[in-house]
Amino acid sequence: MSTTAERVRGILNQHAKLSADARKLEETADLYAVGLSSFSTVQLMLALEEHFDVELPDRMLNRRSFESIASISNVIDAVIGDRVAG
Amino acid sequence: MSQETGLRPCEIARSISIEVAAKFADEVDKSGRFPAEAIGAIKENRLLSLLIPVELGGAGASFEVVADICSILSQACASTAMIFAMHQIKVSSLVSHGQQSVWHRQFMSRIAAEQLLLASATTEAGIGGDLRNSICAINIFGDRLELEKMATVISYGKYADAILVTARRNAEAASSDQVMVALTKEQYRLEAIGDWDTLGMRGTCSEGFKLVSNAPVQQVFPKPFAEIAAQSMLASSHLLWASVWYGIAADAVTRAQTFVRAEARKRPGSPPPGALRLAEAISMLQMVKSNIVAGLDRFAVAQKSEDELMSMGFAVAMNNLKVNVSQTVVQIVNHSLLICGIAGYKNNTPFSLGRHLRDAHSAALMISNDRILGNTSNLLLVHKHESGLLS
Repeated sequence: MSTTAERVRGILNQHAKLSADARKLEETADLYAVGLSSFSTVQLMLALEEHFDVELPDRMLNRRSFESIASISNVIDAVIGDRVAG
Repeated sequence: MSQETGLRPCEIARSISIEVAAKFADEVDKSGRFPAEAIGAIKENRLLSLLIPVELGGAGASFEVVADICSILSQACASTAMIFAMHQIKVSSLVSHGQQSVWHRQFMSRIAAEQLLLASATTEAGIGGDLRNSICAINIFGDRLELEKMATVISYGKYADAILVTARRNAEAASSDQVMVALTKEQYRLEAIGDWDTLGMRGTCSEGFKLVSNAPVQQVFPKPFAEIAAQSMLASSHLLWASVWYGIAADAVTRAQTFVRAEARKRPGSPPPGALRLAEAISMLQMVKSNIVAGLDRFAVAQKSEDELMSMGFAVAMNNLKVNVSQTVVQIVNHSLLICGIAGYKNNTPFSLGRHLRDAHSAALMISNDRILGNTSNLLLVHKHESGLLS
C-alpha cells in the first residue's frame, strides 16, 4: 500500500495546478513557490477530503498546513489518527 | 509633534481634518488634485510614523488609533483619508515583516525622521486587480536588482517618497511566487501611462505608470509576498479602507441629521418627513461601526497568533467586513441624500452629498467585491462558518 505522502503527490498532480511534477518534489519543498494558490489550495483540500474520506477541521485550514507534501501528509495522518483513536 | 504639544494623535487629526482637509476638500475633488495641504499637515505633525516602533523614531501607536484617524480625516476629505490609510497599510507591512532586516529597519527610521510618504505598485497591466500574481520579475545582477513594471495604478505615485512594488522573485518564478521590494524615490523613474479622471476619490491621483528601477538587492522583503499579503496587508487594507468609508458615511449622516433638526425646529410639533429615514440611516451606520470595531478586535487577537492570522476563518471574516461595509456606506449616503433632498443634490451647500456619494462608490471597486465574494465562496467549500454568537 502506498504511503500518505505518495498519495498526496498524486492528488497534487491532479488538482493543485503546480508548475512542477509533484512526484519529483522534495517532501519539504515549498508548494507555494511552485505555484500553489489560495484557490487551488481549496480544490486540493476538497480532493484530499474525498480521497482519504476525512473532514479537515477548521484549525488545520491554514497556509502552513498545506505548504509542503510533508505538512499535508502530517495533517492527513493526524486526522486519520484522531478518527482511529476517537 | 504629539510629544511636544501633549495632544493625542486623534486630537491632532481632528484639528487637521477641520482646519485643513475640510477647507480644501471640494477644490481637491473638483480639480482632481493631490491634497497637498492636508498631507503636508499630516507630515508636519509626524502622523506618517504613528505605527513605527518608538526605538526607530516612530510613535509606536496601535493600529486602532490609525483606524480612528482614518475615519476622522475621512469626515472632511475622503481622498486625504485614503492616502493616509494606504500609507499606513504599507507601514504596517514594514513593521510586521521588516523588523529582521537591517535595511528595512533603517528605512523605518528614515520614514519617521523624514516623514516619507509610501505608495505601492501591486496592480499590473495584463493582471488587473489580482495582486497575488505578477508578470514582471526582479532581475539580479550581483548585489543590485533591476525591475520594470507596467503599473496600471500607483495611487499618489507622483507625490510619494517611496514605493513598495510586487514582482516575481526572478525571471523563472511562477506568477504567484512574488516578493515585495521597497524602492526610494531616487531609485526609480515613473513614466505616465494612464490618467486619473474619475467619478470619486479624485484626490488620490491613482494614475498608471511604467516604473523602471535599479536598487540594492537587500531592499527586497525577506518574507515572500504571499505571506505579507496574508499576514498583514489583506487585513490592514480592509480594516483601514473600511474606516475611511465609515467616515464618509458618518459625515453624510451628520449632514442629514443637521438638515432634519433644522426642519424640526422650523415646524415644532410635526416631525419632518426625513426623520424616519434618518433613523434608518443611523441604524445602518451603527451596523457598519460595530462591524469595523469587531474586525479591529479580531485583528488585534489574530496578530498574536500566526496560525490564526493565516487561517481561512480570519480571511473570510475580513472579506465579509470589506464587502459589507462597502455596500452599506453607499446605502447610507443615498439615504442621507434622500433626507437632504435638493440641498444635498446641489453642490456648494452645507448639505451637499455629491462628493460623498461619488467617493463611496469607489468602495465596492477597490479590489472588486465580486472578486472578494468569489474568493470567500471558494473558501466556504471547506471552511465551516462559526455559528456561535460569542465564539
